[in-house]
Amino acid sequence: MVTIDDYGDYQTAWCPGCGNFPILEAVKKALAASKLEPHQVLFVSGIGQAAKAPHYINANIFNGLHGRALPVATGAKLAYPELTIVVESGDGCVYAEGGNHLLAAIRRNVDLTLLVHNNQVYGLTKGQASPTSEGDFVTKAQPEGMTSYPFNAVAVAVAMQAGFVARGFSGMIDHLQTLIQQAIAHRGFSLVDILQPCVSFNKMNTFAWYKERCQVLPSEYDPTDFEAAMKVAREWEERIPLGLIYRNERTVFEDRFSALDRGPLVGQEVDLQKLTETMEEYR
Amino acid sequence: MSDGSFNILIGGEAGQGLATIGELLAKAFGRGGYSLVTTSTYESRVRGGHSTVALRVSAEEVASPSESFDLLVALNPESVKLHRKELSAQGLIILDEAFQVDDEACIRVPFKELAKGKFSNIAAVGVVGFLLGLEEQSLLRVLEDFFGKKKPQLAGENRETLAKAFRWAARLPSSFHRKFAPILDPAPRLVMNGNQAIALGALSAGVKFCSFYPMSPATSIAIGLVGKARQMGLVVEQAEDEIAAINMAIGASFAGAPSMVTTSGGGFALMVEAVSLAAASETPLVVVVAQRPGPATGLPTRTEQADLEFVLHAGHGEFPRAIFAPGTIEECFHLTRKAFELAERYQGPMFLLTDQFLADSYRAVKPFDLKSISPVQVASEVSALSTPYRRYTITDSGVSPRLLPGRSEHLVVADSHEHTEDGHITEDLSMRKRMVEKRLRKLEAIRTETIPPDTDGDVNPELLLVSWGSSKGAVSEAASRMRSKGRTVATLHFSQVWPLVGEQFSEALKGAKEVVCVEGNATGQLADLIHGQTGFEIARRVLRYDGLPLTPESILRELN
Repeated sequence: MVTIDDYGDYQTAWCPGCGNFPILEAVKKALAASKLEPHQVLFVSGIGQAAKAPHYINANIFNGLHGRALPVATGAKLAYPELTIVVESGDGCVYAEGGNHLLAAIRRNVDLTLLVHNNQVYGLTKGQASPTSEGDFVTKAQPEGMTSYPFNAVAVAVAMQAGFVARGFSGMIDHLQTLIQQAIAHRGFSLVDILQPCVSFNKMNTFAWYKERCQVLPSEYDPTDFEAAMKVAREWEERIPLGLIYRNERTVFEDRFSALDRGPLVGQEVDLQKLTETMEEYR
Repeated sequence: MSDGSFNILIGGEAGQGLATIGELLAKAFGRGGYSLVTTSTYESRVRGGHSTVALRVSAEEVASPSESFDLLVALNPESVKLHRKELSAQGLIILDEAFQVDDEACIRVPFKELAKGKFSNIAAVGVVGFLLGLEEQSLLRVLEDFFGKKKPQLAGENRETLAKAFRWAARLPSSFHRKFAPILDPAPRLVMNGNQAIALGALSAGVKFCSFYPMSPATSIAIGLVGKARQMGLVVEQAEDEIAAINMAIGASFAGAPSMVTTSGGGFALMVEAVSLAAASETPLVVVVAQRPGPATGLPTRTEQADLEFVLHAGHGEFPRAIFAPGTIEECFHLTRKAFELAERYQGPMFLLTDQFLADSYRAVKPFDLKSISPVQVASEVSALSTPYRRYTITDSGVSPRLLPGRSEHLVVADSHEHTEDGHITEDLSMRKRMVEKRLRKLEAIRTETIPPDTDGDVNPELLLVSWGSSKGAVSEAASRMRSKGRTVATLHFSQVWPLVGEQFSEALKGAKEVVCVEGNATGQLADLIHGQTGFEIARRVLRYDGLPLTPESILRELN
């Protein structure tokens, strides 16, 4: 039986009280509860405090460049679809540097789980604004407050009819674990936007700030209702809805490639007969 | 036809089917056993403008374009204006009888009558084919093979147009005939261009993944692979941008699929950070950069050799790489394979540097011996490992055993940070030093595999021409023309431009009375590189940077 211990216990480089700790725990619990062995799982991350998370999980890891985790994960999935791939990075990595890849990954509907640690601030580079930072947020780089409107990834993902769109909160570990488990089980692209406090650099969106607003969606909520999901996705000021906001069973990217009908790319031999036929076409 | 080759120039607007005429004739001559080179020039537009396809054919081996022509197929009157001066003394012009052109060399063809105004390019192939002595049956077979799969509904009309054109041309006076002596029992030839040879080389090496963002002149490599994806078992994906393309290829390769990306200078500029990622994470990757003139958007559809320094230095930090610069179609095939082999063996980015001229240039080549070659070996044997598995185990060779994620119980941890042997982030500076040294040790091994430059001619010539990449044929022909005038001229041609191994060519450089570097750029990048690597200074440089390929004539003009 797979347990949380199989996923290891490591020293981290995070600040005490960081929202990353409960997220890490929820991820490990979700993996164990999904009965996945460490070698069946590949974590792909970019750069940032959140992107270090895979280093604290005993699994296969590819820790690449800032913003570029999704394309790496997409390539790996095509090469070896049997892998369960989890992309884990922060709001700066996924929503700023890698924004174009997020849109493309949603359009492709690759069978990946994207966990975005969203603390509305840059941690690793010490406190600049992120794409999700809001109006009055003042930083050393934005001394007069935000100069852009915040990016609502959940609403964008719903608008694009992404496969699975959810929002969690690091302060609700069990709820978050369930969401991650569902996201992993969902076949297609899954986004879990995870709200978390940054104890060092975000004094506006604190644990208490989130706690006051976060509310789990009622059990009768229907995540397949697109119009309702668009509405929920745009709620923020007074109430921040948590849970599975939208789900859409649509064709999975890797099912569209006929070369994969014969099994994963890895291990497919070069067929000399077919190669010869290909060459003969140039005669 | 002074040197035994016959040169045809087809001129017209984009959209008139010039490329089809060129390809059909090239295929017909290739099947007939002739050697040939095509050169395409076109503007960055889909319709209109001025394009040309030049076809040089010979019973002897030819490997470079020519600047003068024996037959001009003018699909518009402008082509006559632009190219009349390039026509040889006995040259002919084939054009539509409706054109208001007053020239003795003209053969006025009633295209409207022969081709119903729709298949003028096929009618042109028929007239040219007859005048040059190609058999109607063999041209028909070429036509069927060419259109058979693409547009079977057109087969009948094409066949009829070709037959009409042959009958019409047969009535022309024999003074217009330029019939080639047939080659008896011609050896089988493939007629393919540089990009097609790269695609075939990649398939033979076992490419399983290719991602790209469309960019001239590289696009047709990926398109060639897409067409084979189902049959050969590979995935080709058009990415949202070049950054995604290269990162995807790295992900696919990490998971075990031999991978490549294809692009040109501007697209490669976007890929550069991830080149460094492939090096740091030690992920095999083949990068094809088909050059076109820069800076920035430059001349999108023309040719240049100005990205050697760029590709050599692309990527932050220090890491090993190899750069191959094919000079022929055969080298496009074999060096692509070599790039895949080195990428897997030394676990990092390897480069193929071509250009628009070679990418689009058709040649007739001997079929490749596919039975004697094998696909690349991917990853290490699990059984041969000591446990626990560490992805970046420090070894004498610098090469660590590479396992694939999910294929065994061993966990594979790869990182873009400086890392420990087991792939995790480290700030241990002594480990940092050991990892730098480990990675650079791979360059030593790559150096031992460097393909020496081709040398031809006298050991102590009065003139040595140094060159690289696609100019191989032009430089070689320029040298042989000078030799025929009594000069002792030798050539030194590089098909691998990094790493450079001075011992392989220093003697050749020192033995010549004068050394001239011939390059398709404005500064002499190879000459500078040789100087930096060996201390040998090549002061005199013949450089071309007007967007056209080096030709024997263009080189000789500068040298004389």
